Amino acid sequence: MQAWDIQFRSLSVGYGKHAVLNDINAVLPAGKVSVILGGSGCGKSTLLRHIIGLSRPLAGQVLIGGQDLFALDQPSFRRMRRQMGVLFQDGALLGALTLLENVALPLTEHLSLPRPVLHEAAMRVLRMVGLEDFARFYPNQLSGGMRKRAGLARAIIAEPRILLCDEPTSGLDPVTAARMDELLRSMNEQYERMTLVVVSHDLASLRAIADHVLVLREGRAVFSGSLPELETSNDPYLRQFLQREAGDQQMALHQPADPRVQDALEKWLHS
Amino acid sequence: MKTEHDCGLLCRMGAPCLRIINAVGDMALFMLTGLVQIFASGKIFVRTLQQLYVIGYKSLFVIVLIGLFCGMVLGLQGYYTLVQFGSVGLLGSAVSLTLIRELGPVLTAIMLTGRAGSSMAAEIGVMRITDQIDALDVMDINSMGYLVSPRIMASLISFPLLTAIFDVVGIIGGYLTGVLMLGINEGAYFYRIASSVTMTDVNGGFIKALVFALLVTTVCCYQGYTTHTRRDSVGPEAVGNATTSAVVISCVLILAADYVLTSFLL
Repeated sequence: MQAWDIQFRSLSVGYGKHAVLNDINAVLPAGKVSVILGGSGCGKSTLLRHIIGLSRPLAGQVLIGGQDLFALDQPSFRRMRRQMGVLFQDGALLGALTLLENVALPLTEHLSLPRPVLHEAAMRVLRMVGLEDFARFYPNQLSGGMRKRAGLARAIIAEPRILLCDEPTSGLDPVTAARMDELLRSMNEQYERMTLVVVSHDLASLRAIADHVLVLREGRAVFSGSLPELETSNDPYLRQFLQREAGDQQMALHQPADPRVQDALEKWLHS
Repeated sequence: MKTEHDCGLLCRMGAPCLRIINAVGDMALFMLTGLVQIFASGKIFVRTLQQLYVIGYKSLFVIVLIGLFCGMVLGLQGYYTLVQFGSVGLLGSAVSLTLIRELGPVLTAIMLTGRAGSSMAAEIGVMRITDQIDALDVMDINSMGYLVSPRIMASLISFPLLTAIFDVVGIIGGYLTGVLMLGINEGAYFYRIASSVTMTDVNGGFIKALVFALLVTTVCCYQGYTTHTRRDSVGPEAVGNATTSAVVISCVLILAADYVLTSFLL
C-alpha cells in the first residue's frame, strides 16, 4: 500500500526570479492532518500551489509518495493529480453551474455513469457537508462558509488520497469555523489513510485538527513537528505566534494627523 | 555595471517588440491547443451546443437589426449615387455585392466581438482570477478543452451562419428603401442580384467569416485566460482591461485580416 506522504527537499519557491520560500526541508506525514502555519504573506499558499503542481519550484523537489512531482511525465503527473483533492480559498466553484453540478463535476467529466448515479454520489457528499438542501443553488447565492463547504464536497467526491485545503476557516465566524474543523477532522477519520494538508493562520483550527505542524517564517521553515512539540517549544517566535503577542515588529501606531485633512473631514462630516 | 534594465535605447525599443512577438506566438499556440482539444476533449458536443446558444442565438436579434439598417442605408446611398449616372437598375448589384463581399462578414464579426467576444474574455478572466481555471486543472479537466474549444467550435459554426443572415436581411433592407420607398423596379432589383453575385463571392464571404471566427475567439479567450499575467493591472481591473484589449485587438485584426483576405480573394 502506497503511503501518500509529502516531502520537500531543498525546495525554493517563488514568482519569476523572486523567491518566497528558500531551502525548505520537511515531511508532511501520510494519513495525518498537517497544518502549514505562518503569518500573512509568508508563502503558505504558494507552497500549496507547488504541492498541487500549479507552479514549478525555483529549486529543489516536492516528493509525493516518494515520487518527484516535477520529474513525472505528463500521464504520471495526471495520475498523481487524480489522487489529490483541493479546497481553494473561496471554494473556486464554477459560477455557471449549480452546487450539485459543481460537486459532481470531477465524476461527470471522467466517469461514464448514468446521471442519477452521479447525482446521488454528489448528494452523498453534499449531505456530509450539510448542504443537501442547497443542491440547486448557484455559488453566488451562498454564503462564504457554504461555498467553502461545497468546495470541500467537490474536493472529496473522487475520494482522493491527499486533501489540500487553503485557509478553510479564514473569514468564517467561530461557529462555522469550528464546524469546518470538525468536518476536516472527520474526513481524515472517515477516509482511512487520507493525508490532509491545511494551510492556515488560525490558532483555534490548528489546535482542533493538527497532528503535524510546519511553521513558515521569513521564507524559511522554522518548525516541523507534532502539535505537542510545537506547544512546548521554547522558540521565542513560536511562543509569540501561539500566544498572539504583538512582538517587536516596529509599527508606528501613533501618527499625528494632518490638520488640513482633519479640517476638511470635519466640514464634510457636518455638511 | 550595466544591467538588463539599463542597456540604452535599443533595449527599451526592443523589449516591447519582443513582448509583442512573444504574445503573438503564445496566441498562435493557444489557438492550436484549442483546435486540438476539439478532437481530444469529451462532451465537446454538449458544450458546443451551449456556446451556440450564447454566441449564435443570443446574437441573432442584434445581427438582424444591424443587417436591416445597413441594407437600408446602402439602398439609400446607392440610389442617390446611381441616379446621377442613370443606372439605378444596378442598385441590387451594388447592395448585394457590398454586403456579401465586405460588410456582411466584417460587420457581423465586429458585432459578435462586442456582443459575444467581450463576454468570453470577461467570463474566462473572472474564472482565472477566482481560481476556477486552476480548480479545473486540479480536477484533471483540461481547461482549454472545457472553456476554449467549445467556444472556437461554436464560433466556427455561428459566424458564417450569422453572416449569411446579415447578408439576406441587408438585401431585404436595400429592397425596402430601393423598391418600396424610392420606386425602383422590383424585378430589376432581384435580377441584378442574381446576375451579379457568383458563388465565388458567397464563398469568399464565408471564408472571411471563418477566419474572423477563429481570430475573434482566439483573441478574446486568450485575453481572458491570461488575465493573471497582465502587466498593467491585477484583479477585477485586469478583467476589465482584458475585455477592452480583447475587443480592440479583435476589431483591428478583423479589419487587417479583411484587407489581406480581400487581396487574395479578388
